[in-house]
Amino acid sequence: MRVAVVKVFLALLLMLGVGGPVLAGQKALAQSPVATSSAPQADRLATLEKQTADNATAIAAAQTSGDNAWMLVSAALVLMMSGPGLALFYGGLVRKKNVLGTMMQTFAMMAMVTVLWALVTYSLAFGEGNAFIGGFQNVFLHGVGLVPDPKYAATIPLQTFMVYQLMFAIITPALITGAFAERMKFSSMLVFMFLWTIFIYSPMAHMVWGKGGLLNAALGGRIPCLDFAGGTVVHVTSGVSALVTAIYLGKRIGYPKEPMPPHSVVLSFIGACLLWVGWFGFNAGSALSAGTLATSAFVATHFGAAAAAIGWSAAEWMRQGKASALGAISGAVAGLVAITPAAGFVTPMSALWIGLVAGVFCYLMVVKVKAWFGYDDSLDAFGVHGAGGTLGAILTGIFANSAINPILGAGKPTGLLEGNWHQLLNQFAGVAIAWTISIAGTLIILFVVDKTMGLRVSEDDERDGLDLSQHGEEGYDWAH
Amino acid sequence: MQKIEAVIQPSKLDSVKDALVEIGVDGMTILEARGHGRQKGHTEVYRGREYSVDLLPKVKLEIVVTDDMVDRAVNAIIAAARTGTIGDGKIFISKIDEAIRIRNDERGEIAL
Repeated sequence: MRVAVVKVFLALLLMLGVGGPVLAGQKALAQSPVATSSAPQADRLATLEKQTADNATAIAAAQTSGDNAWMLVSAALVLMMSGPGLALFYGGLVRKKNVLGTMMQTFAMMAMVTVLWALVTYSLAFGEGNAFIGGFQNVFLHGVGLVPDPKYAATIPLQTFMVYQLMFAIITPALITGAFAERMKFSSMLVFMFLWTIFIYSPMAHMVWGKGGLLNAALGGRIPCLDFAGGTVVHVTSGVSALVTAIYLGKRIGYPKEPMPPHSVVLSFIGACLLWVGWFGFNAGSALSAGTLATSAFVATHFGAAAAAIGWSAAEWMRQGKASALGAISGAVAGLVAITPAAGFVTPMSALWIGLVAGVFCYLMVVKVKAWFGYDDSLDAFGVHGAGGTLGAILTGIFANSAINPILGAGKPTGLLEGNWHQLLNQFAGVAIAWTISIAGTLIILFVVDKTMGLRVSEDDERDGLDLSQHGEEGYDWAH
Repeated sequence: MQKIEAVIQPSKLDSVKDALVEIGVDGMTILEARGHGRQKGHTEVYRGREYSVDLLPKVKLEIVVTDDMVDRAVNAIIAAARTGTIGDGKIFISKIDEAIRIRNDERGEIAL
């Protein structure tokens, strides 16, 4: 009995389901002959057109919110690389009397470069200008609003682009501080960095990423150089300038006779791990959108770091019999540096190779080459960033793959392995320009600051440590 | 009254402390110290630079006891701190002229 009721009920449902549309169709058929006059048809066309336009707007808005969400997170991640990442990484590597002074140098960049960026350096880097430097039309962020600039990033507000690029401008000079750690006056450091950001960072960023820049591969530069996230702009310039400052300032008192071991590898360890995570914003964010390119840069970044940690550790293990924590994290940072220009151009397998080579290469630079020449690059800013950045820029010209990023045109060979040996020459040219500007510019700035206000702290101040002598405080107060 | 200064391995501090409390030593002072005797230090390597570390972390324990307690205290420390390897530390004993309790100006053994 109950079964019969269910069957009837189901049959009714079926009739409703099938019959409904049929009935509706008849109704529509019945209506269609009536709608022959042209006016309602034009109305419907207009409605459709409006709907299509609305859809396009909605799709664009959705893409903007998606891309913008990722870019804002990326900007925050890159700031996290400076403070706390780099501040901890460097802070742990110095002696404990210099821990605050070292962290403060990075933190000062977060404040000073930001203000400078708003006033003038954004305009110098990304404003319309010549092949070498931008103009002044964007000073005080004039014209940098919420409307995208399609030449830079079509789907995110220009202000997002501006603030994202700012984070790169902050960490670049902060990287240099590792070379002159434990001996530079805070006041002189500020003036040096102020000038460095204007005269070295801004033109270099403009050449590689700015509209009409000499080396810009995406916006028609004369020598298109592949630098996805700043291998030359950030790491070669900071690393080479670091070497110049280390040599110009001279060694720390007592170096290399007195022991100057890191006072806390634990702090450095936390800092390096923050750097690794932050680097996803640095590299994958450089896609300037949340699309597939960001994914491939993200993956390459991670693989490069891992392989380099293994490369450095293996080299150390073989030479010294132990794999140290400091070695592993230094290797990871070296790999992140080397993969920076390549991420977004290379396959995951190429990223593994780049990382592995960078890990071993930077280990040898830091352990062997530094000892041969005897310069006191205190925290190895050159050995890791200068050497790793240069290596990465060149390897990018070898491994760049048009399937990952057809930046030179769809199907056109990009790197040497695809047969485009010319790209390798361009990479060398980009590196050479970055080295030249960094050496010449840094030397001039150092000379000017040295002659006007002096660069180094007094011997007594250096012995007391930067914390007390420069800032009047101590990182660790054992008495309380 | 005599003062016993014992330089011991940091890892042995708890057992030495327990042993002393057990035989009735009420007060003690502990200092974190660095030092070496005949024990060789070790080498640390940071980014290829070698540092020989010969001053190793130790704990220095100071107690002042009545003369009749000295032997028992010393034996307790030795029994608790010995591992039998080089670097176990040393004990120094010296005479104490006076002890004063700051709270109520008590002097001599009663102040211990």
